[in-house]
Amino acid sequence: MICYLGVDIGSVSSNFVLVDQRGKVREKIYLRTQGNPVKAIREGYMKIKEGIEGKIDIRGVGTTGSGRHLASILLGADIVKNEITAHAVAASYLYPDVRTIIEIGGQDSKIIIMENGIVTDFAMNTVCAAGTGSFLDQQAARLNIPIEDFGRKAVASSQPVRIAGRCGVFAESDMIHKQQMGYPVEDILMGLCEALVRNYMNNVAKGKRIAEPVVFQGGVAANIGLRKAFEKFLGCRVIVPEHYNVMGAIGAAILAKEYVEGYGRRSLFKGDDFILTGDFVSQSFTCNGCANLCEVVCIKRDDTPLAYWGDRCLRWESSLGRGSRENLKVV
Amino acid sequence: MKVTYPAMGNTGIAIKALLKGLKLEVVPPPPITRNTIALGVKYAPEFACMPLKINVGNFIEALDRGADTIVMAGGWGPCRFGYYAQVEREILRDLGYDFKMVILEAPDFKLSELFSQLRALAENVSFIEAVRAVKFAWHKLRTVEIVERKREYFLPRVKDKEEAEKLYTRCLEALDRANNKEEVDKAWPEYMAELERLERHDEEILKIGLLGEIYTVLEPASNYNIVSHLGRLNVEVTRNIYASSWVNDHLLGGMLLKSDHKHIIKCAYPYLKYWVGGHGQESVGSAVDFARKGYDGVIQIGPLTCMPEIVAQSILHEVKAREGIPCMTLYFDEHAADAGIATRLEAFVDMLKRQKQRERKMVKERII
Ligand code: SF4
Ligand code: SF4
Repeated sequence: MICYLGVDIGSVSSNFVLVDQRGKVREKIYLRTQGNPVKAIREGYMKIKEGIEGKIDIRGVGTTGSGRHLASILLGADIVKNEITAHAVAASYLYPDVRTIIEIGGQDSKIIIMENGIVTDFAMNTVCAAGTGSFLDQQAARLNIPIEDFGRKAVASSQPVRIAGRCGVFAESDMIHKQQMGYPVEDILMGLCEALVRNYMNNVAKGKRIAEPVVFQGGVAANIGLRKAFEKFLGCRVIVPEHYNVMGAIGAAILAKEYVEGYGRRSLFKGDDFILTGDFVSQSFTCNGCANLCEVVCIKRDDTPLAYWGDRCLRWESSLGRGSRENLKVV
Repeated sequence: MKVTYPAMGNTGIAIKALLKGLKLEVVPPPPITRNTIALGVKYAPEFACMPLKINVGNFIEALDRGADTIVMAGGWGPCRFGYYAQVEREILRDLGYDFKMVILEAPDFKLSELFSQLRALAENVSFIEAVRAVKFAWHKLRTVEIVERKREYFLPRVKDKEEAEKLYTRCLEALDRANNKEEVDKAWPEYMAELERLERHDEEILKIGLLGEIYTVLEPASNYNIVSHLGRLNVEVTRNIYASSWVNDHLLGGMLLKSDHKHIIKCAYPYLKYWVGGHGQESVGSAVDFARKGYDGVIQIGPLTCMPEIVAQSILHEVKAREGIPCMTLYFDEHAADAGIATRLEAFVDMLKRQKQRERKMVKERII
């Protein structure tokens, strides 16, 4: 089967998809990165291949997420894209008339405004964790509710409690207070969803004009309580796509497909031998070249350095010679 | 007397020339590194703006290298810059440093006042010598700006970005070393000629206007070296603030250069009629100006919590809608994660590129 691989390496999760020639998702893998992206990339690659019967022929690779450059080195990517573009491409591929994309992941959240399939505005959450999935994880743990049950329990609420959502610390103490006052747990859960939505709307989405159709994606979109809270706040329907948790990877795969097909290129994909047999290590060291004392990360395969990151003056990176830089080009 | 001054981008090259011309021994602040910022963050109040923190770090490093006098610009107005110098002096005194701080107040548009302040600093310098020093520093400042603009133009267009940046850095070093006007005029042209000879690519060039708080716009260490970053993404950056125009408008009352300051304020007028401190009004006006000049987008930058820029940002939404120019705002502080900023810049550039391609397609279709 001819297919295209899309990879989204974030700090919390690593997602992989295989898309076929018609752009249909054939297989997807969702893994925890657990601080070791190199391991996650190889594991994800192996698993996704196992998931498909018969021989597969990877004709293109796209990477995105904060580990996109790393993934592109390990796998040999044809296209390396930022998360905003990747998410936008995936959403508008599935819903060509989408106007608003709400994306909430474990560590960050974004809003993307689109018109006729083109991004016209976007914003990313910068500092506050109260607008991201990790906030819900924490509060669920505090209430002893498995995160999988969070949404289902929350929608049972008839009278959500109002919880201050301006910042994670306030929200937490306010929630404990409400808990002690004896509010039912489902009302507190729904209250947390609404607090997160208010926080998101006031921070990330501030000043943006939200128009329908609205697509809600990212790992947190599994939580139907949150979807209901968004619908209540916005007063319109909110669509959660089938593959909501791997949309970035889908976008990367589609971009790779378009690129390879559009330009008639041969993929830079490195193949099994390179990816599975070599011994990859990432090492970090402190450069003493100047007072910046950069924390430089080096990726090696069997002692051959493949790439460097974190050197502000690019002295390490340019030590590799020109060729490597070309492959990394962000198109 | 060993004099130091706050770093602010390449203005240091001119300030150094000025102080040397006043026959002072100069201890330039060492380049801003992570350590400089860490020192500033440690000793300045947490809520202080980023430029103040970097100033403090600069001063500590320079005092540790033997400086005993600090020259600092004064200021006024509702914005916190008005008491930077005083706060910084107290912080450093509390740390046990013994030094003199000379605060140069903006001379209410009278050049003679600036001269008398400078001469108070340098006692054994004649009036003529002081004038000569100012003139030479001004010449260096203007030359630095020529070089900066060339880099902003060529970096996005050449294939070998590394080489372009190397030439730019070397050129600035040569300017810094030059001791008189002749040397200055000889120092830069060959580097820039080499820059112009570098091989070009034929990919699309986008034009982005960069505006915001002055320190952040001028000092690459406080803005993630955004000009370089965008240049590598094939974006030509035009700033709304260049050091010489700022000196001209704010210290010299528009005496030396034709100033477009009035024009910028006029552009801002339909959106913001009042001076809101710092460069808030200029930021709004410049965004309008960039939009009308056909730029593809505008990026506003400033330190986190910068009051005038927050005011400007809220008005930029309106500018964006009415003038039809995409705007993005980035705030920087000591925690600014490099990866997050790179993602935003890439995404913004991507967005502009796709919009432009689409517009072109639509125009084509209309013609057919
Ligand atoms: S990598 Fe470059 S900037 Fe960083 S410490 Fe080494 S020499 Fe300095
Ligand atoms: S303009 Fe902004 S950074 Fe400068 S002093 Fe005022 S608030 Fe601080």
